[in-house]
Amino acid sequence: MTDTLEAQSATPAGAGQAGVDDAFARFTNVQKSYDGVELVVKDFNLDIRKGEFVTLLGPSGSGKTTCLMMMAGFETPTHGEILLKGEPISGLPPHKRGIGMVFQNYALFPHMTVAENLAFPLEVRHLSKAQIKEKVARALAMVRLEEFGDRRPAQLSGGQQQRVALARALVFEPELVLMDEPLGALDKNLREEMQYEIKRIHASLGVTMIYVTHDQTEALTMSDRIAVFNDGVVQQLASPDELYERPENAFVAYFIGENNRLLGEVSERLGDDCRVQLDSGDTVIAKPVAVGGVGSRTTLSLRPERVSILRGDAAEQFDNQFTATVQEVIYLGDHLRTRVSVCGNEDFILKTPNAQGFGVMRPGQQIQVGWSSADCRALDA
Amino acid sequence: MSDSAAPLTTADGVPLKVSLRRAVRRSKFKALLLVSPLLLFLGIAFVIPIFEMLSRSVANPEVSTSLPRTVAALENWDRQALPDEPVFEALVEDLREGQAARNLGLLASRLNYERSGMRSAINRTARGLGSMEPPYREAMLDAHARWGELDTWKLIERESSPYTMTYYLSALDRHLTPDGEITMAPDNQQIHVSLFWRTFWMSGLITLMTLLLGYPIAFLLANLPLRHSNLLMILVLLPFWTSLLVRTTTWIAILQSQGVLNDMMVFLGVIADEARWQMIHNKIGTVVAMTHILLPFMILPLYSVMKTIPPSYMRAARSLGGRPFLCFRRVYFPLTIPGIAAGGILVFILSIGYYITPALVGGQSGRFITNYIAYHMQTSLNWGLAAAIASILLFVVVVFYLVFNRLVGVDKVKLG
Repeated sequence: MTDTLEAQSATPAGAGQAGVDDAFARFTNVQKSYDGVELVVKDFNLDIRKGEFVTLLGPSGSGKTTCLMMMAGFETPTHGEILLKGEPISGLPPHKRGIGMVFQNYALFPHMTVAENLAFPLEVRHLSKAQIKEKVARALAMVRLEEFGDRRPAQLSGGQQQRVALARALVFEPELVLMDEPLGALDKNLREEMQYEIKRIHASLGVTMIYVTHDQTEALTMSDRIAVFNDGVVQQLASPDELYERPENAFVAYFIGENNRLLGEVSERLGDDCRVQLDSGDTVIAKPVAVGGVGSRTTLSLRPERVSILRGDAAEQFDNQFTATVQEVIYLGDHLRTRVSVCGNEDFILKTPNAQGFGVMRPGQQIQVGWSSADCRALDA
Repeated sequence: MSDSAAPLTTADGVPLKVSLRRAVRRSKFKALLLVSPLLLFLGIAFVIPIFEMLSRSVANPEVSTSLPRTVAALENWDRQALPDEPVFEALVEDLREGQAARNLGLLASRLNYERSGMRSAINRTARGLGSMEPPYREAMLDAHARWGELDTWKLIERESSPYTMTYYLSALDRHLTPDGEITMAPDNQQIHVSLFWRTFWMSGLITLMTLLLGYPIAFLLANLPLRHSNLLMILVLLPFWTSLLVRTTTWIAILQSQGVLNDMMVFLGVIADEARWQMIHNKIGTVVAMTHILLPFMILPLYSVMKTIPPSYMRAARSLGGRPFLCFRRVYFPLTIPGIAAGGILVFILSIGYYITPALVGGQSGRFITNYIAYHMQTSLNWGLAAAIASILLFVVVVFYLVFNRLVGVDKVKLG
């Protein structure tokens, strides 16, 4: 993950980054402002390797779609450069970039049949009739819609339209495909199915994909690397497991997965660990990730599934152990979500598997909870 | 399903359909009550006049009511020679009665439409009726030469029917020969057909002009940021807040030979003072003023269609490799065709029925068929002909409407 850190660092392109040959697509110091007052994208640096699946993840208005539109050529960067295969492309109009794109609402041409939609990019490239026919057939086979070539987009279901849009973005064999929240309009089951479908196509064709979404599950399932956006800045660029296990700041910890937050102040550094005096008065041993010296404010981040309920068993020992009061138990089938109050946090969530040996808890009950200092990350306040 | 075998019933055994009808009857009645003032108004001001107009275009009461005895006497006429004494006697009686009731004028006009000279024949004969003695056949032949012509009697016999198609024929510059064949009117009397064609091609031209001018504006309206598009929309709607008469006469001030445009051109040296452009009281005046007045009716339907085309379509086409113009031609333009059709049909139909603007700025050469309807209504007082021309216009509009509805669907016509 060395290059991820480099890409995120403020150093401009060149020194210390992966070689130009390595980077298939590259954003260097890209800034974008629409009104000359506010920056939508503040300083975006990203190197994408050939064949990689990179996701830009962030809440709406964080600048991720703007970055995608700049790559596609529909927006021009206010500052900075975008390179594709080592060549700057800022002066290139969208139709000369050869980048496939899947839009949020699919943008299938309603007056053309599915086959005509797929033939469009081939016709503008002046391919022969026979070639077009063959490529369209192959693209339809790829998304398993062989029978639907003569239908109009309006006669297809949402999932089928999505697959046509995907096929259309791929039919002219672009090396880079951009996707702007392509699964946003689908229901949950279909969305999961399409995630696998896109992954399968990505793996089989080896194209480079840049994917924009605000859905963290989607990002985690599909991506090689994820750039977490907030407020026009990349908060962290890392692989899915890295992001989940080792968030580098409070925003990433909060945005990716579920997260318990405890606020406090560093009171002592203990080698690899630190002692944090919480606002409630309790003291927690945590792993310092993004904190200053003694006395600095910090947010402790703790995944619900890493907190254990202790049953007086001597075998279970954690360096953080507290008494918690059960507030609410929510039954979710395979697991139980238990909301407890501990260390001054009323909304502290525990996840316990619905397995034998876990007794039923009732609101008001006092329980012992504990967690390892390694799972408790001290992040910026 | 077993619907037909055992109809669904409510819990107490009433068939479901009956129960539903009962339940919605009250709300239907209320709805009808709310629209009844409008329905009444439409009936009185729209439906009845249209039927009145249609019936007037074929109505032919003059001969049958003014000359009932003559018509009866002519029943056994062989159409080969002049009728015998009884027919002339009947005619004299009818004319005497008509003169006493002072309603021979209508009959005289009616017969004069079909055969010139008939008005004077009736009027002169009527003046001499008092001193007329039997045998009437000779007396009548003396009174006016028309009575001695076979065609006059054929005409009276033909027009004795209460319905006639002669108004429609003359609306199309045709008339019936005495033997009942349809022929073209003499060249110097043909006016209506060429006026119909002029109305149609000029309306087509006006529609094309509004499309050329309106398409880019509608595109801007649909694609500019809301702040700017609102301002533009106000500019588009501004003409609706100004009197039609003011807008039309403004064009006279601009286009006339001593008008603003000509003065400017002379001042700039583009044209000589003695060679000022003639742009008003001719076809140019009509096209310019009508294009201006009907422009909003093209822009608004276009805008309502363009508004529904997401910008991502063009973006998708561009990203797929299409040059901007190709993307417009292959993707954007086809999607706006319903709007073009809706705006086109609206402007065209409004245009062929337009009266006031061609009357004011059209002069002699830029006049529409509607101006002739007005002429026949107000000046020549030939209401039957006016009704026939208007009915033909109505028929053309209905045909256009049906074709449009078939091809595009009338629900596509939206004004915003």
